[in-house]
Amino acid sequence: MLQTEPTPEQIRDQKPYLQLGLTEAEYALFTKRLGRLPNYTEVGLQSGMWSEHCAYKYSKPILKTFWTKNERVLMGPGEGAGVIAIGEGKAVVFKAESHNHPSAVEPYEGAATGIGGIIRDIFSIGAKPVASLDSLAFGTRFDAHNQNLIDQVVAGIGGYGNAIGIPTVGGEIQFDASYQDNPLVNAMCVGVMDEKDIQRGQAAGVGNAIIYVGAKTGRDGINGASFASAQFSKEEDADRSAVQVGDPFMEKLLTDACLAVTQKHQKALVGMQDMGAAGLVSSSAEMASKAGFGMTLDLDLIPQREPGMTPFEIMLSESQERMLLCIRTGFEQEILDLFAGYDLDAVVCGRVEAGHQYRLLHHGAVVCDIPVGLLTDAVPTYTTTPKQPARLAHPAPDFTPTITDIDQTLRALLALPNIASKRSLFKRYDAQVQTNTVIAPGGDAGVIRVRGTHRALAMTADSNGRLLALDPEIGGAITVAEAARNLVATGAEPLGITDCLNYGDPSKPEVYYELQASAKGIVEATKVFNTPVISGNVSLYNETSGVGIHPTPMIGMVGLITDLDAITTVAFKQAGDVVFLVGATGDDYNGSSIQYLQNGAYAGRLTGFDLTQEKAIQDKMLKAIQAHLVNACHDLADGGLAAALVEMGTANRLGIKGSTALSAAQFFAETQGRFLAAVPPAQQAAFAAQMGKDAVVLGTVSDGEFVLDLADAKLDTTIADLAAIQEEALAWQLK
Amino acid sequence: MKAAVLTFPGSNCDADLLWAVQEIAGQEAALVSANTEDLTGFDLVLVPGGFSYGDYLRSGAIAKFAPVMGALKTFAANGGYVLGICNGFQILTEAGLLPGALQVNTSLEFICEPEPLIVANHQTAFSNQYAAGQTISLPIAHGEGNYYADPETLASIEAHQQVVFRYAENPNGSLNDIAGLTNEAGNVLGMMPHPERAVEALLGGTDGLGVFESLIAATKGAVHVAN
Amino acid sequence: MYKAKIFVNYKQSVLDPKAEVIKHTLHRLGQDNVQDVTVGKYFEVLLEGAHDAVAAQVDTLCDQMLANVNMESYRFTLEEVSQ
Repeated sequence: MLQTEPTPEQIRDQKPYLQLGLTEAEYALFTKRLGRLPNYTEVGLQSGMWSEHCAYKYSKPILKTFWTKNERVLMGPGEGAGVIAIGEGKAVVFKAESHNHPSAVEPYEGAATGIGGIIRDIFSIGAKPVASLDSLAFGTRFDAHNQNLIDQVVAGIGGYGNAIGIPTVGGEIQFDASYQDNPLVNAMCVGVMDEKDIQRGQAAGVGNAIIYVGAKTGRDGINGASFASAQFSKEEDADRSAVQVGDPFMEKLLTDACLAVTQKHQKALVGMQDMGAAGLVSSSAEMASKAGFGMTLDLDLIPQREPGMTPFEIMLSESQERMLLCIRTGFEQEILDLFAGYDLDAVVCGRVEAGHQYRLLHHGAVVCDIPVGLLTDAVPTYTTTPKQPARLAHPAPDFTPTITDIDQTLRALLALPNIASKRSLFKRYDAQVQTNTVIAPGGDAGVIRVRGTHRALAMTADSNGRLLALDPEIGGAITVAEAARNLVATGAEPLGITDCLNYGDPSKPEVYYELQASAKGIVEATKVFNTPVISGNVSLYNETSGVGIHPTPMIGMVGLITDLDAITTVAFKQAGDVVFLVGATGDDYNGSSIQYLQNGAYAGRLTGFDLTQEKAIQDKMLKAIQAHLVNACHDLADGGLAAALVEMGTANRLGIKGSTALSAAQFFAETQGRFLAAVPPAQQAAFAAQMGKDAVVLGTVSDGEFVLDLADAKLDTTIADLAAIQEEALAWQLK
Repeated sequence: MKAAVLTFPGSNCDADLLWAVQEIAGQEAALVSANTEDLTGFDLVLVPGGFSYGDYLRSGAIAKFAPVMGALKTFAANGGYVLGICNGFQILTEAGLLPGALQVNTSLEFICEPEPLIVANHQTAFSNQYAAGQTISLPIAHGEGNYYADPETLASIEAHQQVVFRYAENPNGSLNDIAGLTNEAGNVLGMMPHPERAVEALLGGTDGLGVFESLIAATKGAVHVAN
Repeated sequence: MYKAKIFVNYKQSVLDPKAEVIKHTLHRLGQDNVQDVTVGKYFEVLLEGAHDAVAAQVDTLCDQMLANVNMESYRFTLEEVSQ
């Protein structure tokens, strides 16, 4: 049975807080600011709120360098999600979040609850979630464990997203040895709302009610489970689990009910926030602190799933599908009745207080009484002295492929997991529910139309860990540029980004260097593309046995389309269209798929990227699409021109007949800043005039033959042959 | 035509159906809560897709106890048109308004893809605007759409020409490639593919419009419907 | 020959959304005295061998495959049966 909690003196002497991730210095700082020894509950709250996940101790100095504001940003980082105006009184809300570690431990529920969490961030702002995307990274060794991991992560994303009725319209799945033991599961959600309905997570106004709504609180996902469970006997311990189980049905009701509150009960609503990391304590403390008020909560009123939960457990539980609202005095019953109409449990569990004290009552006793700022604002930040990793100081010599049989090389390239079609996986996601999906997964970006306007939103989620491993600064900038290129290819103007920063242990000087250098590249690129960072999260310590992942910032970017007729897809539409290659091609093979194919590894410095040139090409391409000159457009990325040409042909089994001055090697080069465009003959002259020397004719779309005369080789095959490889290679490797 | 779109807790295609009927087909339609016990005044009841009550016991198994189900059975018994799509199809089979059951797909995976269908019977209230044997493309999005009925039931279904849509490339293991079928009276249709997702060219196709146009014609009495 | 009857359930600390919805629906149908619902899986496995060896084997296959011990617990009975 329950043992008594350690006394403040025992905590000081036995230092159980070390197991919760607090340092002696952090405990000492908290104690000093408090002016007395904290009790067991208070130290627990400190451990949750001062964790990297809540407090960004290591990443704050980096995040401060991000560019977060332009004329369109209505709300930047710091709330559940960021907001950007899109015209006609509407706004887009988006955010991405990582669920890497939970997915590694329990892939289905880890991925599912990742989706659930990011959806709550969106509707907590008052936006209807309209689309999700996922960026997944797995190891390259497809053993039984990895196959199960991939299968269950995909199943979990679908299981939650399909049930709640939010279409998954895009994302990426990539494979690299660096992620074998540390898979990445990053989820992004996009919402749309009326500008006037934006609301914040705040608890203001003395006497106003704090309402808890949603699932009951259980002992799942409690921070520092080892410490918490030390109170229980071994036998009981065997019947406990920290795994959180997602309930998309509950979340659907919660979404609809909370949106009804923000849209129809604005007089009642002061603020609303999701109970995410560090559950009830982070949501309540942040809401009070942001508004400059104090708060008292009565924990006996919190709906609990299990008997005998301690204040520590109630406050730090990360049970899913829970929201906290601040409601004006007198409106409590109106809101409770609304939730009852959705079959949701809701209770008034506390009040906003004058001053700044954060008080918790449990069984009639005060179990916590501390200044709220001590939880939210007193956290020290840390910087590590960065040190350039040795591999970056001495890059491998530049790589040049040798192509002896271009046909065989192309076929082998198309079968690489990173190039092959991911359809066998993403067809498990409902891409069309809500009936707004114009471009489903498989295009350069997902596109959804915005009901009630003449607008559409394009969205993409991109990461390039393998390039950042070679040069974090240039790789970071390329990741932003590639995301923008994806949007432009559909006819969208980039608006802004959200990010997940996935890195190793930041206390290592080399990891900190990667973090700093890649942030520099990202900041520079976001300014060039006019895409401020409006939200995001940080996932550090992605390491196993001391070996970290590639530095992998995931960039989620959203763009705006104001002419629905200009929306452009990847697929060739008709034989006879003229195929243009846009942007210059150089001998850029370091970090490329052809290098991986021929050498089994990515190496060398990064070449072939010029931010100014990239922006100029993208602007021209976008103008041409907006002028309705283009029938199909595709950005060039992994696998270069070779992969992109095949990808344009597969959907309608249309090939190409043409010739180029490029060499067989350059056919596989991965120079940045390039597109392919298929232009109807009637528009050829106008397109050529618009693009000038930046576009050259490659050939014409054919009925099925795939024939290209290169400077030193000739490719002569059919799209049907190539498409079969590209479409089936991954499914074969995962069976 | 006046259509009711039922909404169960967990339905997620109700708004899509309402949009298709109201905004695209230009008909009168309203969302009707599953707690309602009266369906008078409607020509058509649509049972939407989604995950009613989380689909937590079996798909549709809890929805069949919703208060509206009594009224729906009366409505159908009186000859009213009922169309169940995806989870709506599952609910109608669980409630006994349609024969058979929907099992998990043979791949054991959820499948979201456009699927070619053959119009097997174009002389129904739901398909009279299609040509006999016409091939159309409608999206599917389900994990449990594998149609099953015992041999006697299946024989009876075929004998009464109750199959309205068949898969051209069976994606889920359904017996006799059944994608959609009516009751024996012909006024209740269940189908796994989503016609409401194929009513706008912008979103990839308009092959689903025929289902709604057929119902408009049928409720006007403008076409002769077999059965 | 032994028949192992194996029951797998979520551990008590893990949320069981299916059970919650079923319990709620039963209450709505007037079954007010229903206090709790648990949803689990039930397996029957036939095994050849001596009792103790079979028991150990069943324990292993539950632990490694039939249950996800991250969040599920299991129990089983062994019953001697003829072919």
